[in-house]
Parts: sequence; C-alpha cells; structure tokens
Amino acid sequence: MAVHLGRRGFVGGIAALSTGLWSASSVRAAAAMDFDEARHLLSRTSFGATPAEINGLEQLDYAAAVDRLLGNVRRTAGTPAPEWVNQGPAEVRRQQQTAEAQRKDGVDGKRLEIVRPIQEQGRELKNWWIEEMLATDQPLVERMVLFWHNHFTSSMLKVRYAPALFRQNALFRREALGNYATLLKEVARDPAMLIYLDGMRSVARQPNENFARELLELFTLGEGHYAEADIKAAARAFTGWSVNRETGQFIERQGQHDDGEKTFLGKTGRFGGEEILAILLAHPRTAETVVQKMWLEFVSLKPDPAEVKRLAADFRRGGYEIKPLVRAMLLSPAFRDPANRGALIKSPIDLIVGSVHMLGLPVPEKTGLVRMLQGLGQVPFDPPNVKGWLGGESWITTYTLLLRQQFLRRMIEATTVASMEGGMMMAPRPNRRADRKQQIAGDDSTMQMQMAERRPVEGRSLRNAGVEVRLGPTLMGVDSAALVRTLLPRQPIDSVDASGTPGTAVATAMLDTAYQLK
Amino acid sequence: MSRILLLVELKGGNDGLNTLVPYADARYRELRPAIGVPRERVIQLDEKVGLHEKLQPLMESWKAGDLAIVQGVGYPYPNRSHFRSIEIWDTASASSQTLNEGWIARSFEGVSLPKGAGVDCIVADTNALPSTGPELRTIVMQDAENFLRQAQNLKDAQGMGDGGNPALRHLLAVRHEINAAAAGLRDKLRAAAAPAVAYGQEFLLGRQLDVATRVITSKVPVVAVKVALGGFDTHANQAPTQERLLAYLAASLATLRNNLIAAGRWNDVLVMTYSEFGRRAKQNASAGTDHGTAAPQFVMGGGVKGGLHGAYPSLHDLQDGDLKYTVDFRSVFATVAQGCWGLQRDYGLRQPQKLGFLA
Repeated sequence: MAVHLGRRGFVGGIAALSTGLWSASSVRAAAAMDFDEARHLLSRTSFGATPAEINGLEQLDYAAAVDRLLGNVRRTAGTPAPEWVNQGPAEVRRQQQTAEAQRKDGVDGKRLEIVRPIQEQGRELKNWWIEEMLATDQPLVERMVLFWHNHFTSSMLKVRYAPALFRQNALFRREALGNYATLLKEVARDPAMLIYLDGMRSVARQPNENFARELLELFTLGEGHYAEADIKAAARAFTGWSVNRETGQFIERQGQHDDGEKTFLGKTGRFGGEEILAILLAHPRTAETVVQKMWLEFVSLKPDPAEVKRLAADFRRGGYEIKPLVRAMLLSPAFRDPANRGALIKSPIDLIVGSVHMLGLPVPEKTGLVRMLQGLGQVPFDPPNVKGWLGGESWITTYTLLLRQQFLRRMIEATTVASMEGGMMMAPRPNRRADRKQQIAGDDSTMQMQMAERRPVEGRSLRNAGVEVRLGPTLMGVDSAALVRTLLPRQPIDSVDASGTPGTAVATAMLDTAYQLK
Repeated sequence: MSRILLLVELKGGNDGLNTLVPYADARYRELRPAIGVPRERVIQLDEKVGLHEKLQPLMESWKAGDLAIVQGVGYPYPNRSHFRSIEIWDTASASSQTLNEGWIARSFEGVSLPKGAGVDCIVADTNALPSTGPELRTIVMQDAENFLRQAQNLKDAQGMGDGGNPALRHLLAVRHEINAAAAGLRDKLRAAAAPAVAYGQEFLLGRQLDVATRVITSKVPVVAVKVALGGFDTHANQAPTQERLLAYLAASLATLRNNLIAAGRWNDVLVMTYSEFGRRAKQNASAGTDHGTAAPQFVMGGGVKGGLHGAYPSLHDLQDGDLKYTVDFRSVFATVAQGCWGLQRDYGLRQPQKLGFLA
C-alpha cells in the first residue's frame, strides 16, 4: 500500500509544528478541503483515521466528502453472525442449566469454572461487534449503531439473552441512518427492550412503568415535559406487549392489555402503544432530545440551543429521516468551526478501537479489547444503566485517565511492529474477518494478518526500535510530522518528537494528552 | 468530630440469613433444610440470633463493644439485579431513580473541604461509584507504588492553556488532580510503616486493606477509603464458598482492628460493610440461594456503640419469598454522614430512622 500524503503544506518537522500549524485559521479556496479538515471530519465519523483515509477524503470538496460518507449505506453487518442467534430463550436456558448441573468441585474444594452459555454468548456478541467496528468499510454507520444503542439502551447483564440483543443491534443497523419514527416504533416492540425495561411483565392488572418512564424521559420528551400521570397512562397503553418465552419473538397478549380510556399529554382515548408513540412523535421535544444528544456525539460539549431547535424542526418536518439530519449537522458552521476540532473527548471505543485501526494492529481475539473497554467504562451491550453512557467529561476521571495511558503504553510496547523475525507468534486461529475479506475483496488486510504471525524482536518497541522500526501498513512510509498530525487533533500538550523516528513520533503522540481528544 | 469511613463492599449479594443466623426460629430450618447453619455452629449473640461460627474473629470486637450489627437493611421496591441494586446503594437513590453521583460525593455538596492533601477518597478496589462526583477528588489505587509511578509518567503540563476548549480544560484538570494527589500521598505513603500484623493474601481484599491501613495510619486526611471482597453470589453449593469468604472477612477485619488500635487510629475510623442485596429466604434446588432483599450490615470502630440495631426481618412475613427490610439503607448512610463527617443528610428520605450505632 502506497501511503501518500497529498497536498500537505506542513511537512517541516518540529519547526513547523511549533509554529502553530494546528491553528487552522487559513481561509482556503471555496471548495477545497485541507488535511486537517478531512481529519476532523473522519475523527467524528469513524474510529480512528489513517493517513491514507484522510488523504482519500481531502481530495474532495467538503460537501462531496460528507455525501460520500453518507452514500450507499450498509444496512447489515459484514461480520458473520454468531451461530446461536436463532436460539430461543427456552433453549438457551436449558443449555445453561445443563452446564450448571455439570459443574463440579475441584480438588481444593473451590468450584471449577465452567463455560456458561448465557455468559459465553454475551462474550461472543461483544467480540462480534468490536470485530465489525474494526472490519467495517462504513464506520459512520457503526458510529450511528452505537449512538442508537446508547439512546435505546439495553444491557446483557439484565437481558441475559444474547440473540435478542443481536437482533436489536440488527435493527439499529437497519435504521442507523434511516428513520427515527420507524426506529422508535420498532424499539417499543423489540424483545430485548421489552426484557430490559420490564415491558414483558407489564399487564393490565399490574402495569409496569419502567418502559413508559424511560420512553418519556430518555427516548422522546426529556425531563420536565410530562407529568407522572402521563407515565401511568402510557404504561397502561403498552400493557400486553410481550415476548414469547419459547421463541423470544414479540407477541401481543390481547388478554393482558388494558383497553380502557387514558389521558396522555392532554389527549384522551382508548390508547394502545401505537397511539402513544404517534402523540410523542408529533411533539416538538422528541426531535430536540435526539438532536441535542447527536450534537454532543458529533459536534461539541456545548450544544447551541438555537441551532438545536433549527435542526430539530427540520428533522421533524422531514419525517424524522436521520440521514439528512446527520448531513445537516456535519455541514453546520459549528461542526466546521476550527475551534471545535479536538473539542470532544474520545470515548473508550474511540480510543481502543480507533488506535487498533489506526495502527493497523492485528488483533485476532477481541476479548482483550473488550476487557480494556470494561476498565475504561464502555462495554458494548453493557451500558451502565438505562441512561446509557454519560460520555463527555465523565469519560475522564483520575482513574480512567491513568488506565488509558496504561493501555496505550501496552499497545505501544506489546504490539511492536519493529523488524520481524520468523516464527509464529499466535496460533493461526481461524479468523472470520480475514476469511470474509478474502471472500469479498482481495484487499491488503490479509497481508496484515500474516504479518501478525511474525514475532517482534524482543525488547524493541515503537519507542526504542530506532530506524529499524517498521510500522504497520497503515502508517508505513509516512514521515514523523505527518504522523503526529494524523494522530493529534491539535498541538501536542507535551513534547512530541516529530523530528525523531516515525516510531517515536507515534509513541509520543499516542501518550500525549491531546490524543484523548477528537 | 471527623472520622474516616472505610467501606467494605461484599460483592455478589451476601446471604444475610447465614451470616447473622436467626437460629431460634424453627421457620429458618424449614426454609433451609440443607444449607441452614446448625445451632451448634452459631455464636449466639442473644436468644434469637447469632453469628456464623466462621465469624469468630469478630467476637473480640463484639465483646469490646465496638461492633454494631444493623439488621434487616434494604429499601422499598427492591431490585434483584446485581448491577442495578449496587448502583441504588452506591448512589443512595430510590429504586425507580437513576443518579449519576455517589452518595459520599453527594454528601459533600456545598461543603468546602480543605484542599491541602490533594485527595479526598481512596478506592482500593475498582468500584468508585460511591465517591464519584465533582465534590470529591477520588483516586483509585490498588497499589500505591504503581499509582505513584503512573502519576510520574503524567506530570503536570507546565503553562499549557486550554485555549477555551472545555474538553481540554477537563483533561488538564484531571491531570492536575492526579499530580496533586500523588504529591500529597507520595511522602506519606512511602514513609508509612507496614501494618503491625500482615493481612492474609488469599483474596485481593488483603492487599486493599494493606493500602487502606497505610493511608489511615499515615494520616492522609481523606473522608473515605473503599475496599471490596467478591464471590458472594452463591447460587449453588453455597456453604463452602460463603464460609470461606466469611472466615476471611472476619479475620481481615479483626486484623484491621488490631492494626488501627496499635497505630492509635481506631477511634478515627468507621468500618462499614455493605452488599447489593441479601438472598432469598428459601434455599434453591442446588443447595444455594438466589437474589433476595434485606441483609445485615456490620459497623465497627472505636466510636461505635456495639450491639444489635434495627429489627431482624420476620421469617413469617415474607414478601414473594423475600425478607421485608426493617431499616432503609439511607438511614444507615444518614447516621454515618452525621457520625463521620458531621453532615446532616437524608438522601431523599422524608424522615431517616435514628440508628444508635454511633454515640
């Protein structure tokens, strides 16, 4: 792969860096995009960007680049689904009981660890998504799937039935850039959601308010725009929406439905769930709630209230089409404002998945990455509570900042790509990503996989391999200054060695505090 | 008056009925024919209840009158999910309420703490939720040297402005907080004497208590320290697992007490155990117990008024097979906030119950 930095006017080593090339104030010709703007766009719409990816975009004009990112949307995952996705909950439970029954005590009296199907499926599910995040050719779709997962939260810890969460993820994928009204209606009937927020237990004689409460507070209106009585009315309207315990599919239990009259947000009728959702979708707050969240995700930590209202009004008028909303947001002056570059804090997934992608590190087994994400507080399919990940500043505490540095250091040290010696490092475990890539395209990622199986020279790492350092194909052949500029959204906080070897440049940039920003 | 709260989280949901055993109640044996603790293995505390014999090491504290046991602690509309219920405890929320800040942090709303030491809370396990919030500076530190070394790698960025970028401002502030904490801790912790009696190392709690003891004896002015012991989720074959854990817990807490007495700090500390829930009254088919509700909490310290507090939940009046709580955990927290930090807090309770475990 020939990595070629196009129109870059900044190659000049350390001197150039110190003269404020990140200030990005230059007014350019109308249509032109520069490296930094392309980098900014990708940093918000993908998980880590390589120099080649940035170069690929900077040759377009800005609007065209946005349209390319939004064009031809993939609505299904490329990574093959785990084999258990069609198992019903009853079957999974039976397997779990069988496994528990076979559990024995070890010689020391402690119980031996066993593989429990529910937990094992959860592990595989998380790995599957991480794999898709790394393998996808449409990271923006992946970001949106994660966004909807964080909006309509469900957690493996509560649901304990991975096939339902897999199907919920497929729904988020299908509507990632589709339609919010559709998404909301489907989520209300989604088995994982019905389990997570107790909808399946909600019956006429004893309505459970959990789903109704979160529907109003988190999914649509937001706190302060409804009364407790509205929650009670909505809870009654959704009674009877449940999950078949044998198949795990949605069912409507007519006999459990409360078809009496309800008053909801000032309207009265014998409402069912559909009518409640229609009333909520007609309410201007619903679009504002979504747009506000999306701003925090894509633009900055400080939403502009007037802009939120404007975008939300268009969103609602346009029938809740998501793609035009994302397009409008990426084209908005606030998004393009250079002051907002590096104005967001990387989520753990940004940091871990992004670094792996950017470095081109081969990671055949994803469990280690999920464990890192757990330490940093963002395990996919396990948001901390119904509000999802708070994000923003809350990602960084004294604990997580040190842990982030530790993980980055580990990546820098352990995944060294210094000159390789022969010999197999990892067992050639069948790798779905590589297989799939081989099937669908003869691109260079298979070469990357083979490289993985060579052993790095002991004691050599990005930092101390000197001139012998051999970066992965994603960064190979790019000079140090350009590498630093790829890795950091703004000037370094500490002394980053952009005049040293590419290995040192990458290592010091990754450990710079500015690397935590995007 | 000010005391350091040493929180001991028992992860997984400790079975209260086999910890503080209602040995005199025939209903107990009916509910637990296979796993009930036989009368002769109970250390009787009064005519109704007694400690599991594996808790023998705690008897020294009990006899000295500085071990209180609060019975039947729980909350209304109990949640039986581990992660949700511990979140309810850690944030002192109502069952239907999701809060993002921890109860210790919330306690210090509007209180200005002296900034001198650079740190307000040390978490030696990994769950820092109770002290999470802008009011407190919390450091998670399983190993002091490791923390100090990591902080060294992330020295303050000299003279670096944030250029009006709030995300960067936050990062630099956290970095500064790490450095301030390291500066406040470095000399004290490196000079701290090893605990007089070493902790058993069978579980991570031993290492954590070692850190906690050093923090407390070296007089780092923190408001709370947190440690944890895991493994209490005993759905199957409960007895050997829980007994091993209880024995270890009791031995570790007895050692802690001796160490802090030796260092002259026992009067300045309040030790409190808690767990996300107790377990079902009735044993299950695998000689274990499933997630339940109310359970006892241990409270120890030089200033503690020992004895049994609160009422033991009735085994004859269960709700869906679970014990009905008699003391809301937020009343316990309110008592702690008053007794440790002199703060009047109600954690959303209209009228916290007065519990007499602190004079």
